[in-house]
Parts: sequence; C-alpha cells; structure tokens
Amino acid sequence: MSTVLSEPKLPAGVKLPIYMDNHATTAMDPRVLEAMIPFFSNKFGNAASRNHSFGWEAEQAVDLAREQIAKLIGATAKEIIFTSGATESNNLAIKGIGEMYRERGNHIITQVTEHKAVLDTCKRMEKQGYRVTYLPVNADGLIEMEDLKRAIDDKTILVTIMAANNEIGVIQPVAEIGKLCHERGILFHTDAVQAVGKIPVDVNAMNIDVLSLTAHKIYGPKGVGALYVRRRNPRVQIAAQMDGGGHERGMRSGTLNVPGIVGLGKACEIARLEMAEETEKLLAMRDRLRKKLESNLDFIHVNGSMEHHLPGNLNMSFIHVEGESLLMGINDIAVSSGSACTSATLEPSYVLKALGLGDDVAHSSIRFGLGRFNTPAEVDYVADKVVDVVRKLRELSPLYEMAKEGIDLTKVQWQAH
Amino acid sequence: MAYSDKVIEHYNNPRNVGQMDKNSTAVGTGLVGAPECGDVMRLQIQVNPETRVIEDAKFKTFGCGSAIASSSLATEWVKGKTVDEALEIKNTDIVKELALPPVKIHCSVLAEDAIRAAIGDWKKKNVVAGEPASAPVAVAAN
Repeated sequence: MSTVLSEPKLPAGVKLPIYMDNHATTAMDPRVLEAMIPFFSNKFGNAASRNHSFGWEAEQAVDLAREQIAKLIGATAKEIIFTSGATESNNLAIKGIGEMYRERGNHIITQVTEHKAVLDTCKRMEKQGYRVTYLPVNADGLIEMEDLKRAIDDKTILVTIMAANNEIGVIQPVAEIGKLCHERGILFHTDAVQAVGKIPVDVNAMNIDVLSLTAHKIYGPKGVGALYVRRRNPRVQIAAQMDGGGHERGMRSGTLNVPGIVGLGKACEIARLEMAEETEKLLAMRDRLRKKLESNLDFIHVNGSMEHHLPGNLNMSFIHVEGESLLMGINDIAVSSGSACTSATLEPSYVLKALGLGDDVAHSSIRFGLGRFNTPAEVDYVADKVVDVVRKLRELSPLYEMAKEGIDLTKVQWQAH
Repeated sequence: MAYSDKVIEHYNNPRNVGQMDKNSTAVGTGLVGAPECGDVMRLQIQVNPETRVIEDAKFKTFGCGSAIASSSLATEWVKGKTVDEALEIKNTDIVKELALPPVKIHCSVLAEDAIRAAIGDWKKKNVVAGEPASAPVAVAAN
C-alpha cells in the first residue's frame, strides 16, 4: 500500500473513497437495514411454521414484502417467488420454462449483451437439445425488433431479453418485445435487475410473463431476489430446479430468508415512492459528469444509446488510455472498466464488443454507476480527477501522440501478442 | 489487483517519458504490442556510435500500470549499457524487480521485446560488418 503523505483538502460533501459503481452493487439504505434487524433476532420464526406465533409473524412479514415488491412492478403478491438472487431467478426462469414447455418447442431467443447468468444458462440449454438464437444489437446496444420477428418460429417457447444492461445502461424496448411475444403466444422473460426500482416497470402494460429482480441493486441486502411469474393470461408454469419442501407454490423449495425478504420488500417500497425524485437527481448528476468530461477531454466516446438509458449510468471510453491504468490513477474512486486487464478472463468487455467497438475502445472504457448516495460534489471531484489522470496517461501514451500527429492507427502494422 | 510498491512508484513517477527523433541514425525505435491487446510500448534509445553505449532512452506506453512500470524500468536499465549488454536484459529480471504477478508477465515480455526492437532498429541503421542487420524482433512499421 502506498502511504498518503498529506491529506489534500476535500470539498464539502466529498469523503474518500467515493463509491460510483452502483451497477455492481449498492449500499444498503439505512431504512432497509432497520426494517430487517428484528428478523435477525427476536423475530426469527420460519415462515412455513403454520402452528405458532413465531411462524405467523414471519409469514406476515413475508406477505408484506410480497405486496411491496408486487406493487413496484404492477404484479399481484401471489406472483412473487423468492430466490437467492438474480442469478438463481434467471436460471430458474429459463431452465424451468424450457423444461415445462419442452413438448411445445425447443427454441429460445435471447440477445448478445445479456448478463452471463442468462447467456451461460442458454448455453447449457443448447447442450441439452434446445436451440438458442442470440440476437445481435446495433451500435446503440439495442436489439432490432425486425430481427426478433424474423427469429421467431413455430418452435419458439421463450424470449429472454434484459430490461436494462448492466454495463452500458441501455434500456431494451421491453414493451414492444412483450407485445410481440403476447401476440405470438410466446413467453417473455426479462432480467430486470438493473431496471426495477430505477425506471418504471409494469408487467401488465409491458406484457412481461416472467421477470428477475434482486435486492442488492436497489439498496437492499445481498443474497435475496425474486422471480415474478405471471398467474393469469397466461398462467406461466415453471418446473422447479431444486427438490425439497415445495415452498413458493412448488417452484422454489427452501426455507425463506425472512430478514432478506423483509429488506427486499422495504427496498422496493422506498424505490417506488422515491423513484421520480431520485431519477431527476441522478440525471442531473450524470449530465454534469458527462459535460465536465466532454468539455475537458478530446477523443472520448459515450458507449450505448443515451436516449434509452438508465439515469445513473455513464459508460465512456477515453481513447488511447488503457482502462486499468486509469483505474489505478483514480484509486480513491470505485468505478469499473471494460478493459481486459480488469476481467478474470483477460478478454475485453463482450458487451462493448457487441456494439461493434474495437477492442481498443473497450480497453479504454470506464463505467460510472451513480446511485442514491452520490452527491454533486462527488461528481465534481470524480470529473476533475478523471480529467487529470487521463491527461497524465495520455502524456505517456504513444497512441495519443500518434493520433495527434494525424497518424491513422488502423493503418499501422501492430504486432499482436 | 494489488500492485507492488515498485509498480506504483513507477506509475506515479515514470522515468524517461518522451520522444526522440526516430529518423536520426543515432536513435533506435522499438514499437511493440497492439492497441486491441491493450498494450503498446514505444522504447527509443540513443546510441554512441563509437562506444555503442546507450546514452539516453525514452519511452511511451499505452497499457496497464504494470506495462507502464515495466517500460519505465526498461529505460532505466538500458541507459549506460552497451547495446550488447542491453540485449542481456531478460523479462524475468523485470518480473523479479517489479514483483509482477503471473497475469502481468506479458508486460515484462513486451518490455524485453521493446528493448530488442529498439536495438534492432538502431543496428539496421548502423549496419556493422559481420553482424546481422536486425535483431530477432522486427520493428513495427510506423
């Protein structure tokens, strides 16, 4: 660890390190924590215990949470199935529908910028005899409805397309997809982990049949999520993927995580009540960040459609600067990069590559994820710091120098290694 | 990723950053790596034609902190050495000095390549009788 020689004076409202990685996870809202605490101690009952007050107390709390979650997405309480998180929800939705509707067909449609919890589940389905179509996205990160229409055939049982992307914040045309699927009698699942609580989601207006969500992206606890499963028009059936006590209408066995569920419910309630105000605040901060960066730096690129975009997301490439070196220079700020060097696989972001961006642009990308607890003063600090470090690294960058001299970098014969 | 103190030190205070006249016969330029791989190093040396001693070295690097540190260190090490001595520098020496983790070994390989490429370029400009004109690693055209 390097030692800090002297603490620089920080402006009011800034405390280091700054957390600006709210697509990865969010800090728990103190109100959520407060709601959860009794269920870790004296209210410890099993929600499935039907014959004493401990169980009733827990069940009541779970029922309230179901209501709170359902209300946020326009569903009914009975349509909410609790899981351990979005990865499980996505697995349960895709595998459970695949298994249940196998006789009707074996074709699943998804798209290339989905989270790995969807993509890898689909890959496994392929090994088990299902056909999967991976729709491309355009340069904005959006699927084309025409591609989806063309991909549907008489064996298609499921379309699974995310509501909003975790890297580039791009919002897919969920309502249009839902409408099409509804007309064609195909089930529509959406991984709405990044969208729920951030933008309005209504399962009826959008014709969503199955929806994954998780608590820790909306200022709730980790390790708890939910799957919305439509009960009417149509009644969706899902084959359980774990055997056990038959909890959650037989779709997901396992004793309910009551404190976690209480937290998820509370988080949904807060999100519903405060979404409008929070969105305005986030949009103002994001635009401020973007403007500051754009007015102080050349060779920068905003990734993904800004028109169909989550309010708290900004994904930018600082061309000719490698992402990991940039993160190293702003180590008092928590953000993410699409650089290969920051990934376990040493491959640059597949999401950015899917937009048709070169690997070099992906290597240079930074994802800013603004959230409930960020302040405008933090935005100013982050913008200044990023500008500073990008300039410093460009002084070091042979590519920036060559680009400034007018050399076309695509014409240089590089030695790939 | 936790960086060693030495990597952080080179990153914060990179040595010998800059550019030399690549058309000068006294200067050898090595440009290695590729933008799509996430690292490009340019290492330049200025060689005394009489003594074949590397009198100055400059670098610029696009890459992660370890790549920057590796090339910064490489410029420090080649300075004052003859070109033949500089060719003895091995990537493993760089790994050791900077305590690079396994996933960053390619950064040190690239730095060694950059040294060889720069010396190769200088030799090509200053063909010496009885000596091969170029070092094993070719110089990227730019």
